[in-house]
Amino acid sequence: MTDVAAQSSNVASAAPDTMAWDSRARRVVMIYLPLACFILILLFPFYWMAITSFKPNAELLNYKEHNPFWITSPTLAHVKHLLFDTSYPRWLKTTMLVAIGSTFLSLFASTLAAYAIERLRFRGSPYVGLGIYLAYLVPPSILFIPLATVIVQFGLFDSPLALILVYPTFLVPFCTWLLIGYFKSIPYELEECALVDGATRLQILWRITLPLAVPGLISAGIFSFTLSWNEFIYALAFIQSGANKTVPVAILTELITGDVYQWGALMAGSLLGSLPVALFYSLFVDYYVSSLTGAVKE
Amino acid sequence: MSVTTLPTRGQVLRQPGWLARLFDYKPFLIVMCLAPAVGLLLVFLTYPLGLGIWLAFTDTTIGQRGVYIGLENFQYLLKDPLWWNAVFYSIFYTAVATFGKFALGFWLALLLNNHFPFKSLIRAIVLLPWIVPTVLSALAFWWIYDPQFSIISYLLVDVLHLRDSNVDFLGSPWPARFSLIAANIWRGIPFVAISLLAGLQTISPSLYEAAMLDGATSWQRFRYITFPMMMPILAIVMTFSIIFTFTDFQLVYAITRGGPVNSTHLLATLAFQRGIAGGELGEGAAIAVSMIPFLVFATLFSYFGLARRKWQQGEAND
Repeated sequence: MTDVAAQSSNVASAAPDTMAWDSRARRVVMIYLPLACFILILLFPFYWMAITSFKPNAELLNYKEHNPFWITSPTLAHVKHLLFDTSYPRWLKTTMLVAIGSTFLSLFASTLAAYAIERLRFRGSPYVGLGIYLAYLVPPSILFIPLATVIVQFGLFDSPLALILVYPTFLVPFCTWLLIGYFKSIPYELEECALVDGATRLQILWRITLPLAVPGLISAGIFSFTLSWNEFIYALAFIQSGANKTVPVAILTELITGDVYQWGALMAGSLLGSLPVALFYSLFVDYYVSSLTGAVKE
Repeated sequence: MSVTTLPTRGQVLRQPGWLARLFDYKPFLIVMCLAPAVGLLLVFLTYPLGLGIWLAFTDTTIGQRGVYIGLENFQYLLKDPLWWNAVFYSIFYTAVATFGKFALGFWLALLLNNHFPFKSLIRAIVLLPWIVPTVLSALAFWWIYDPQFSIISYLLVDVLHLRDSNVDFLGSPWPARFSLIAANIWRGIPFVAISLLAGLQTISPSLYEAAMLDGATSWQRFRYITFPMMMPILAIVMTFSIIFTFTDFQLVYAITRGGPVNSTHLLATLAFQRGIAGGELGEGAAIAVSMIPFLVFATLFSYFGLARRKWQQGEAND
């Protein structure tokens, strides 16, 4: 942040001279330079995470003899320690299970809800839509204490199933909102034709509306997956045993022991925990960006 | 499009069974479609919300059913300097971080709205901090803020020679508070930038052309076209941002856990410490419930404060 501020003052002082004689130089100073600073700062923590993961301990804590920005003798020791000496693979598996489970549950519930609200028009359907949307504005930080007691009542404490059932509370409002927008963009005439031809409502949903809403379903799925992979406070509050923890919680509560932090292993864990979402996201980045911008435009 | 989806006609015309006909009865179908979503939200959102408000008026602890004690929890909180500190820092954190996120995010959105090579790749890269799990990037920040091996200290001391000693980022209250805010801004910039970029792209270029013909400077174009046209979208994005910054939990829990000497507790982390870690469910719930008035106020303020301008223009009818 401070770097950006410093850069902007440089830009301001350099601008008047360059502007006068070359619009190309002006473009560099006004657009490319600040943009490069933004990208540098936004990406630096990831670079730092990655480089720490592969640094041998000798280099990691010795800035005098080794340039901290580079690795001279990369090592896989931290990754090996993480994969073989800790329960990391198990945590990854749990996180994957929870993310996929809650994504499917939310997609199922919100597709039906969005279809009912947008296509089966009934008295009060706008209010149901508004109610579901408002649920998104209730932050998890307010709910986690009473939810913990509800989870205990249901006998689901310390079970990944609790997370699969609870995550839809913030996924369903979001996905429903997104899918209502998608259903709106599908011409209603298609469904009317099918109705005239004698198709049942469920057939119409399954054979006409859903296939056309696939891009919407994909972006809702990506959002749900990344949001549930990200979730922290519920996973921290509802899961007790080390084996059932999700990656973000486990790294913070199981990998940090005592006062000496194993930065190499910690950063390797963060990097490995970030990779699935980053990969998943990069595969569908166009859907992601367009649906995000589309959702805001609505 | 319709041609490819309708050849299923033969199957469609088959006489539907009683179950299919039941699903064609509209009220039944509507109830069945809404049941999963509404059911989940009622059981895991509405009920807990009500229960949380009830718990705030009881002395429940973990493993022990509490009794109604009226406003006692809140009276206790009002006398608790840690609660007041959390209120102060939550408001400070939200105000400064929101300001930073929107100033820098708006700037980034304006930059991304230009034409340059690898545009979509750069947009994808810019979103990364928002995609990666907060706790994991928070850990990277924790390491960046390390008292002994901070890379920022290394740059300031050994490379640029601007300071003589390492910066104590997380060891004393004010530096710790600002370090957390910087991490929050870092994480928030992409979302603000991409959302505002979407808004920028809906502004018609003819407005700028007309202004250019009238001889408006680039600042005037920003001030009288871009800014007013962005007001509605700013109001929405800011409302969201304020709600989720005020109730933030992960960053603080991962980096400082409320320390040093409880100076960086947000209301959410204090609620966790008292309610779950400390076992005082009633008191924790009261702290969580005490966020609600602030949230309602901040939401109304940001939404109506920013949206007002639009109404005034509508009323003026020009």
